[in-house]
Amino acid sequence: MKYLDEFRDKTLAKPLVAELKRSVTKPLRVMEICGSHTMAIFRNGIRTILPDGYTLISGPGCPVCVTSASHMDTFISISEHPRVRVAIFGDLFRVPGTHGSLANAAARGARIDIVYSPMDALDLALRYPDDLIVFLGVGFETTTPGIAATILAAKNRKITNFAVFSTQKVMPPPLMALLDDPSLKIDGLLCPGHVSSIIGAGAYQPLVEKYNLACVVAGFETTDLLNGLILLARQVALGQPKVENTYQRVVNWESNTRAAKMVDEIFEPADMEWRGLGVIPGSGLAIRSEYADFDAEVRLGITLQEAKEAKGCRCGEILKGMSIPPQCPLYKTKCTPQSPIGPCMVSSEGTCAAYYKYGIDQ
Amino acid sequence: MCLAIPMQVTKIEGNPDDFTQNQIATVDADGISKEVRLDVVDRWPTVGEYVIVHAGFAIHTLEASEAEANIKLLREMASSMPDELLR
Repeated sequence: MKYLDEFRDKTLAKPLVAELKRSVTKPLRVMEICGSHTMAIFRNGIRTILPDGYTLISGPGCPVCVTSASHMDTFISISEHPRVRVAIFGDLFRVPGTHGSLANAAARGARIDIVYSPMDALDLALRYPDDLIVFLGVGFETTTPGIAATILAAKNRKITNFAVFSTQKVMPPPLMALLDDPSLKIDGLLCPGHVSSIIGAGAYQPLVEKYNLACVVAGFETTDLLNGLILLARQVALGQPKVENTYQRVVNWESNTRAAKMVDEIFEPADMEWRGLGVIPGSGLAIRSEYADFDAEVRLGITLQEAKEAKGCRCGEILKGMSIPPQCPLYKTKCTPQSPIGPCMVSSEGTCAAYYKYGIDQ
Repeated sequence: MCLAIPMQVTKIEGNPDDFTQNQIATVDADGISKEVRLDVVDRWPTVGEYVIVHAGFAIHTLEASEAEANIKLLREMASSMPDELLR
């Protein structure tokens, strides 16, 4: 496919691998934030060709993985409401809460539809006029504009049996929270591609200034990833951290203003609970009171209950880059993709699922 | 979850400033044709351009000149590599 195949060119990849080796002159630790990057790195075998001294750790960028146990429990109780039909992205279906998953709830009779786009939930609303369709919003900046546009479309089309339960999250605050922890020693960030398409590469400038961190925005194909890793190594070698953007075909320095305006119309910043990271001020998005008719939290009178994480599960540590999956006592023993205990093993972009799928044991 | 792919615009409905009407593009990738929303795309595309599609929404109109510059830079980096490093 155009604009994909060119960036998978093997004749380019080989010299870039050589250049990557040459560019590492001192050890460095880089965090890839985005779950799609984690999977792309494994899929392309990039971990197997990393030069000595180049350590890649996975960050908190898998939206399903950072969804707290209390939110999962709330999702399940919403799905069991007699008048409700929930619409979700497929990733969420098998994530365990305290007592089972949405998949278990569906087996008990809860009505759960897996949709490709939030707009599909409006079609469900028209098809089932006697039900309230609740879209469970789980995602980062890439997904939020579409959910905002869907709420606005529901208002314009006077669809009243549709609401969203928002656990939408934004990326910069948790990164700041992670970087404030001195035990996480990282030199650079491989910054997400499609989140950055919305927030702009300039959003990482404060991280360079405050934490002296190399920041490179990269795409998801083989040469994109190699190029990003080379630029990070060069910045660290030179001791000159800055924001570089290697994904200019999709990411601008400035934010996507049409998306930002749409999000701002519907949502306002809110405190949000993250698995492993706790409550981070201003890291979430709540639906504005002007749109309360589309806010499932208001319409169903939801209050969050405290929930315990699964015993022994180290997802929280793994999401912070403090542990790797083989260090978890449950990994590959009690916790497998067939029978997952923690969300990092469920999501196709979870770090544990990636280690498991690609057979990495160290 | 933030997966998104480039698809080519073959038809456009609506206009960039009127959010009360449908803003929809028909897009095509490898013979698969579908409709995507243009409500939040950064720049209104023209027919023939590529948009980056995520969960039914175009989020970005791809800059062809940037993609070409990107490839050119990668090729330069690759061609400047001494042969002995490639063995």
